[in-house]
Amino acid sequence: MKIGVLALQGDFREHIAALDSLQVEIEIIAVRHASEIVEIDALVIPGGESTTIAKLARSFGLFASIQDRIASGMPIYGSCAGMILLADRLIDAAKGQETFGGIDMTVRRNAFGRQIDSFEMDIDFAGVVGGTVKGVFIRAPWVDEIGPDVEVLATVMQDGLAHPVAVRQGNLLATSFHPEISGDNRVHRYFVQQVYQNLLVGK
Amino acid sequence: MAENTSHSVGTARVKRGMAEMLKGGVIMDVVNVEQAKIAEEAGAVAVMALERVPADIRAQGGVSRMSDPDMIEKIQAAVSIPVMAKARIGHFVEAQILESLGVDYIDESEVLTPADYENHIDKWKFTIPFVCGATNLGEALRRINEGAAMIRSKGEAGTGDVSNATTHMRKISGEIRRLSSMREDELYVAAKELQAPFDLVKEVALTGKLPVVLFTAGGIATPADAAMMMQLGADGVFVGSGIFKSGDPAKRAAACVKAVTYFTDAKIVADVSRGLGDAMVGINVADIPVPHRLAERGW
Repeated sequence: MKIGVLALQGDFREHIAALDSLQVEIEIIAVRHASEIVEIDALVIPGGESTTIAKLARSFGLFASIQDRIASGMPIYGSCAGMILLADRLIDAAKGQETFGGIDMTVRRNAFGRQIDSFEMDIDFAGVVGGTVKGVFIRAPWVDEIGPDVEVLATVMQDGLAHPVAVRQGNLLATSFHPEISGDNRVHRYFVQQVYQNLLVGK
Repeated sequence: MAENTSHSVGTARVKRGMAEMLKGGVIMDVVNVEQAKIAEEAGAVAVMALERVPADIRAQGGVSRMSDPDMIEKIQAAVSIPVMAKARIGHFVEAQILESLGVDYIDESEVLTPADYENHIDKWKFTIPFVCGATNLGEALRRINEGAAMIRSKGEAGTGDVSNATTHMRKISGEIRRLSSMREDELYVAAKELQAPFDLVKEVALTGKLPVVLFTAGGIATPADAAMMMQLGADGVFVGSGIFKSGDPAKRAAACVKAVTYFTDAKIVADVSRGLGDAMVGINVADIPVPHRLAERGW
């Protein structure tokens, strides 16, 4: 099995290291070309600047290939910028900002505020065993609104409201926080387990 | 603020993590809203809001200070990507002002006139992260010891001459490689020679890299310059005067962004280098008298 990590910009090396630390038999490749999108079984979209990643994906012909694989059910995990890129709809987007889409949700960019409001917090993550997960939120988005097929896996309370910060729809997983820089690889393990299940069921 | 009790802001992980998200990207100097929008449209990961780009600071002379808060706020309102701003070396009140404006990163920068020739800002006291310049490993580790969450090699700002950026990147990575090859009992003397704290020296020796993200800056004017810095080990690139002092800023900015992503692919770097119009004219660093070299500021 081959997992690609989208390596156009952002902390893709940390995602590669987190996947590598699982010590399971997967091949992990950094993806920068459309030709690589067709040969992978799953994709991780890293943290970074969502506008930059979308523009590079558009310029170098990866955009449509990724959308095709989303449509055909390839498992994808996106953290932070990755969550934004998997959203069907955005609030506070840059002018003309594009997303791959795939998850029936509206994501609010920089929802928690600017860098001065960036924070870490222990959060309960449905489906991840072994206690709370360390959430590192950096200029993080949250999910404002979800469609009927979206499952909320984790929330953060703010101003009396529970804002979804981890969601799943079918084979697509998204978190507003960064497990890849938390030193805890359980969210990556959860994703890889979903990928395995998908391959077993699908083939 | 979130209401959960375990919620904590301004941690080293959150500060250094912010820089991790900028990796593989280009941070562009902008002096007004129009330029900030061009930078965002071109794919910049962040903008540095300042009143004069280094080339103009160099040309006009005089004391150079933090930008007008009005100007910074206008840029914050105009773009959705992170906005950084510069404070003078040691000027902790300028840094307090920038923090109150909610800028995303403060650059304690030698490009501005230093406010303190002894001490840098105590950056641990701030919730906002800092990036600082360095010409060698010892300087980088002293800044990290003071709380810097990101380092950029200095180069020589405002020149369009990449030679000093090359020197500083090679120096920093060479010194890291040297530490990695040492016996543990040799690291005490290495720390003394680097004038850096032993714990940080040991960490670098063990991991083979800085504990924070390392960008490069100072004199980068072309996509090829940017790609070369990436091949020399930079995590990303600051482009100051190089973009908006050139003939076609929008095109050159987008080209630098692409070159930083595909820095090992000469064909792509060649393609994006076509038809960019005039590069900034530039000044050879060797023609600048030593007292006027910005990289010598900071210690």
